[in-house]
Amino acid sequence: MSKDILVVDNLNMHYETLEGKVMAVNNVTFSVKEGESFGLVGESGCGKSSVASTLLQLQSDNAVISSGSIKLDEKELVGMTESELRKVRWNDISIVFQGAMNAWNPVIKIGEQIREAIREHYPSNSKKENTEKISELFKIVGLEDSIMDRYPHELSGGMKQRAVIALALSCDPKIVIADEPTTALDVVIQDQILKEIKKVQELLGLSLIYISHDIAVIAEMTDNMAVMYAGSIVEKGPTASIFSNPRHAYTRLLLESTPSVVGEKKKLRALDGEPPSLINGLDACAFSPRCPDPSDDCKNGNLEMKLIEIEDGHWADQCCVNCG
Amino acid sequence: MDNVIEVNNLVKNFDVSKGFFSRNKTIVKAVDGISFSIPKGESLGLVGQSGCGKTTTARALCLLDPKTSGDVKFYNPEADEMQNLDNLNDDQVKQFRRNTQMIFQDPYESLNPRWTIKDIILEPLNIHNIGSLENRTEAVVEILKTVGLTPPENYLPRYPHELSGGQRQRVSIARSLIMNPKFVICDEPTSMLDVSIRISIMDLMLDLAKDLQVSYLYITHDLAVARYMCNRIAVMFNGKIVEIAKTEDLLSNPIHPYTKRLISSIPVPDPKYTREKYEINFDELDEIISNNTENLPMVDVGNEHFVATHDVKDLLI
Ligand SMILES: Nc1ncnc2c1ncn2[C@@H]1O[C@H](COP(=O)(O)OP(=O)(O)OP(=O)(O)O)[C@@H](O)[C@H]1O
Ligand SMILES: Nc1ncnc2c1ncn2[C@@H]1O[C@H](COP(=O)(O)OP(=O)(O)O)[C@@H](O)[C@H]1O
Ligand code: SF4
Ligand SMILES: [Mg+2]
Ligand SMILES: [Mg+2]
Repeated sequence: MSKDILVVDNLNMHYETLEGKVMAVNNVTFSVKEGESFGLVGESGCGKSSVASTLLQLQSDNAVISSGSIKLDEKELVGMTESELRKVRWNDISIVFQGAMNAWNPVIKIGEQIREAIREHYPSNSKKENTEKISELFKIVGLEDSIMDRYPHELSGGMKQRAVIALALSCDPKIVIADEPTTALDVVIQDQILKEIKKVQELLGLSLIYISHDIAVIAEMTDNMAVMYAGSIVEKGPTASIFSNPRHAYTRLLLESTPSVVGEKKKLRALDGEPPSLINGLDACAFSPRCPDPSDDCKNGNLEMKLIEIEDGHWADQCCVNCG
Repeated sequence: MDNVIEVNNLVKNFDVSKGFFSRNKTIVKAVDGISFSIPKGESLGLVGQSGCGKTTTARALCLLDPKTSGDVKFYNPEADEMQNLDNLNDDQVKQFRRNTQMIFQDPYESLNPRWTIKDIILEPLNIHNIGSLENRTEAVVEILKTVGLTPPENYLPRYPHELSGGQRQRVSIARSLIMNPKFVICDEPTSMLDVSIRISIMDLMLDLAKDLQVSYLYITHDLAVARYMCNRIAVMFNGKIVEIAKTEDLLSNPIHPYTKRLISSIPVPDPKYTREKYEINFDELDEIISNNTENLPMVDVGNEHFVATHDVKDLLI
């Protein structure tokens, strides 16, 4: 059994806003093993990127971590000083931010921007060493060396995203978070990038947290997964087990609302209504207003939300398990 | 068969020469001689990767941009005949605009942010001067109900930024359907929406197609979405249609290497399923398809399934 590299325990984070507290991460608990690929799925605004930024302790200024722990290789990240964090970030844990491919500095060549990042962490490296390192990374993500001398606007979306992945790998992290890395890309390019990420992960033995709103991509990319709704994990476990035996009503709807090009053509199920506002938190099951079959207990908020293990490593909200 | 639109050899070039006095003209052949037709009440999916010419096709068909060459005939229900877009008089152009509508990818960009929902949906009726003011308002209320924005009174006075992405897309659908068009061109109408909301918009569009006898040209890069929405699918690569067939036939029996590649690049929502890897060299493909100065003929392989090639054997690469 490989060991846990990241352990997130009962993490709570909210944003302070004029309208009140936006409860973006509620009691989030999960762990990721060495070499494992872990998926985080849920619709826009459910808190996926908030989890991601908190894991690197790069959440925005109005964010408050009210409780919980994030242990990376047994080191506690919550409460670490900025200088301690700087040693961990990019070296141990790195991230491909959502939309990062559009965040390159437009007036600096791609190679120089990556070299700069490496210099910060390995100040003693020579320029030649760093260039060799980038060349090696480019080979892994399928870019030619000549790309180093290009400006961001001279690259296609797919090339920019490959370069972002190379950047995330540049300080040899143990775990990489990829937040919607293919969402803005065309299907064919997405396919190439997905293959590239898989290849890199296997080659380097990386752990991966793959974030997406697309359940089909999660099915292909991950060993274990968690489904998020309104800031909470409502179901988690082995990807195969969640697909074959989804227990939360939201997970079921997600699975039944995804079209496919293989198999019988199915009538898809629509999910009406909208996700709840996260301002000032929720009492009853957050999904109950959209749930096709809520029990009285759910509607009255009689059962508190709590994950229980229903089969080996497969957890779901107790309320839903008892209903369905 | 009665068609809503017949497109023959449509070409759209862009002049991208740098500088006003540049000697060498640089032409992008964004749409390079495509042909298709759509029978009444049926929908055709136009799929292909980014930059292959889908939006350019849509804009040329809607008269938003002038085409370079080719013939487009549309069915004008007011005259009950096919009319060539090149020979329309002013009245007929108006009739064309009434009966052919477009829905865009980004519902935010296509809705005027300073107008209320009511004014946005009223606009086409005002432009075409249809009905009395009172009738028009009634029509707006009705169409809001049809697209599921109920109760309508809640939506009439609101502005686009006060609506969610899904609601905004319902407003654009309402605006395009209020004219009772027979043909609607949809350019990635759900690609900006979350999966869950996407299905209700697609279901709405399918219901409307059935109830109101509307045909769609449905543009998407996602074959799984095209499968859900369309009777037939046309696959586009570098400005050309390389294969066109009934949806299920295209998916189960793709012939063109590009179609195979496209199908094999769609992730499948089933962890037990291993996608067949189908690699092709795009440069090579480009050479086969685009460097043919003459357009390749569309070969009928049976069951109304057409592939662009001189000989199907040439495609076994
Ligand atoms: N106004 C324009 N001037 C010059 N070139 C253009 C113009 N509009 C489009 N093109 C070019 O025409 C080709 C087809 O573009 P088009 O927008 O039709 O692609 P698309 O299939 O809709 O792609 P996507 O899936 O990204 O929306 C591209 O090479 C594009 O760069
Ligand atoms: N800096 C911020 N200040 C206030 N609210 C925020 C901030 N960032 C995100 N949010 C809110 O937190 C919730 C979760 O957002 P996010 O983590 O970006 O979700 P996802 O990545 O799943 O789309 C949303 O309601 C969003 O509007
Ligand atoms: S807990 Fe009850 S209301 Fe919530 S999703 Fe499950 S069944 Fe529906
Ligand atoms: Mg996000
Ligand atoms: Mg387009």
